[in-house]
Amino acid sequence: MSELLDYMPLLLGGALTTVALAVCSALLATTLGLLGAWGRVAGGRIARGAVFVYTTLGRGIPDLVLILLVYFGGQRLINDVGEGLGLPFIEVSKFWAGVAAIGVLYGAYLTETFRGAWIAVPRGQAEAARALGMPMRGEFLRVTGPQALRHALPGYGNVWLVLVKSTAVVSVIGLDDLVGLADKAGKSTREPFLFFVAVLLVYLAITAVSDRLLAWAERWANTGQDVGRGGDGPGGRRGKPAAPAQEEAA
Amino acid sequence: MSRKTLAGALAAAALALSAQAAAAEDLKICVEGAYPPFSETTSSGEVVGFDIDMANAMCAAMGAECEMVKTDWDGIIPALIERKCDAIVASMSITPDRAKVIDFSAKYYNTPAAFIGPEGTEMTTTPEGLAGKTVGVQRGTIHQQFMEGEFPEVELKLYGTQDEAYLDLQSGRIDALVADQIAMDEGFVKTDAGEGYAFFGDTFSIPQYHGEGAGVGVRKGSDLAGRFTDAIAKIRESGEYDEIQKKYFDFDIYGG
Repeated sequence: MSELLDYMPLLLGGALTTVALAVCSALLATTLGLLGAWGRVAGGRIARGAVFVYTTLGRGIPDLVLILLVYFGGQRLINDVGEGLGLPFIEVSKFWAGVAAIGVLYGAYLTETFRGAWIAVPRGQAEAARALGMPMRGEFLRVTGPQALRHALPGYGNVWLVLVKSTAVVSVIGLDDLVGLADKAGKSTREPFLFFVAVLLVYLAITAVSDRLLAWAERWANTGQDVGRGGDGPGGRRGKPAAPAQEEAA
Repeated sequence: MSRKTLAGALAAAALALSAQAAAAEDLKICVEGAYPPFSETTSSGEVVGFDIDMANAMCAAMGAECEMVKTDWDGIIPALIERKCDAIVASMSITPDRAKVIDFSAKYYNTPAAFIGPEGTEMTTTPEGLAGKTVGVQRGTIHQQFMEGEFPEVELKLYGTQDEAYLDLQSGRIDALVADQIAMDEGFVKTDAGEGYAFFGDTFSIPQYHGEGAGVGVRKGSDLAGRFTDAIAKIRESGEYDEIQKKYFDFDIYGG
């Protein structure tokens, strides 16, 4: 156990790298996902086609393959182009190669998440807003947007959790993230299990905190709604009086 | 200042710069950090070990400024090829497959094969010294080929894993055991289970069986291969090599 204490500061640094990598990747993925969903829903034939190719490739390529491709393949591309132009050697950063690979992959998943959330908003909502004379922007910001957000959040939370775990693959290109450092520390001290159990606990902690934040975000997005029941419909709060009747029947 | 003197001054400055560059060449060395005692990561995140000391000594002998680049083992050859570093010093064995994609310097060490037996044994590592004895060896390894080639008369007992062989040595079913010296030192002799057992006789390092050892990997066609080879010869001559290896091992790992 004393080895674990010795390596604790190093591992905490690795955990920070993991979190930073996950957050930056998620920001990129969210941007790409929003753009993709927009293109898919509102774009013309070319935009829809481009997004279709993106989501198919993005969801079809293993993260490990893409990260190796970006880091080593990207380096070769830069080397070849740089040599052609007579530029000095430019190094591809491990961190940003990881962000690019993970962000692009999970952007494809988020495209689908956002598109589904958008489609789930009943068309009548937009029509009603228009009928009341709301401009396009107001309609999106105050009527359809918040409803789509409500539908998107559970799926978004899922993608985030998978993304966090996916960051572990960057250790193959030698980025000192939590997994990479624990692997080296475990081999250096010949205590691999000790370090991997510690890693497991850190990932669980990240997930637990994320869960809390996501639950809070969902509550916030659902303000004024009967959570999970699609509003004040027959299954909602106003439908409750029906329940005792059912009980009587049983 | 006239135009001529300005040009002259610039030329002189450029010359001085290039001279400086030649005096202190910057090299990036890929190291690994997960193969103790050759390369391990300390709790401060630094990579230390025999490989790193070797790399620094070789760089000093070449008059180069070296920077260690931590790289994962799986990505170490691509990192070299894509110029993220200029040389690999990571206990990389020189093999024909690797030699297809990168060049190697001469070996800087070659862990020999060695024999262990009960402490104070009278066995010697000659065909006569092992006559009538049973020697354990791991099946399908270079050590099996070595025993069959060099000690055809000795009875061999083959094991699936090295650990099974240790157990049988302890239970007395075999008289001696042959394998990689460092593997046995770290995995048995130095452990509690290895109490009462020790290395005996000579160590063996025959290229035909044991390979060529670990070399410095460089990009194909680079003149660094030859310069690292010269640097290895230089530090072996100056005694620096022995000083470094004494820090880690109590035997010679350069091999014959």
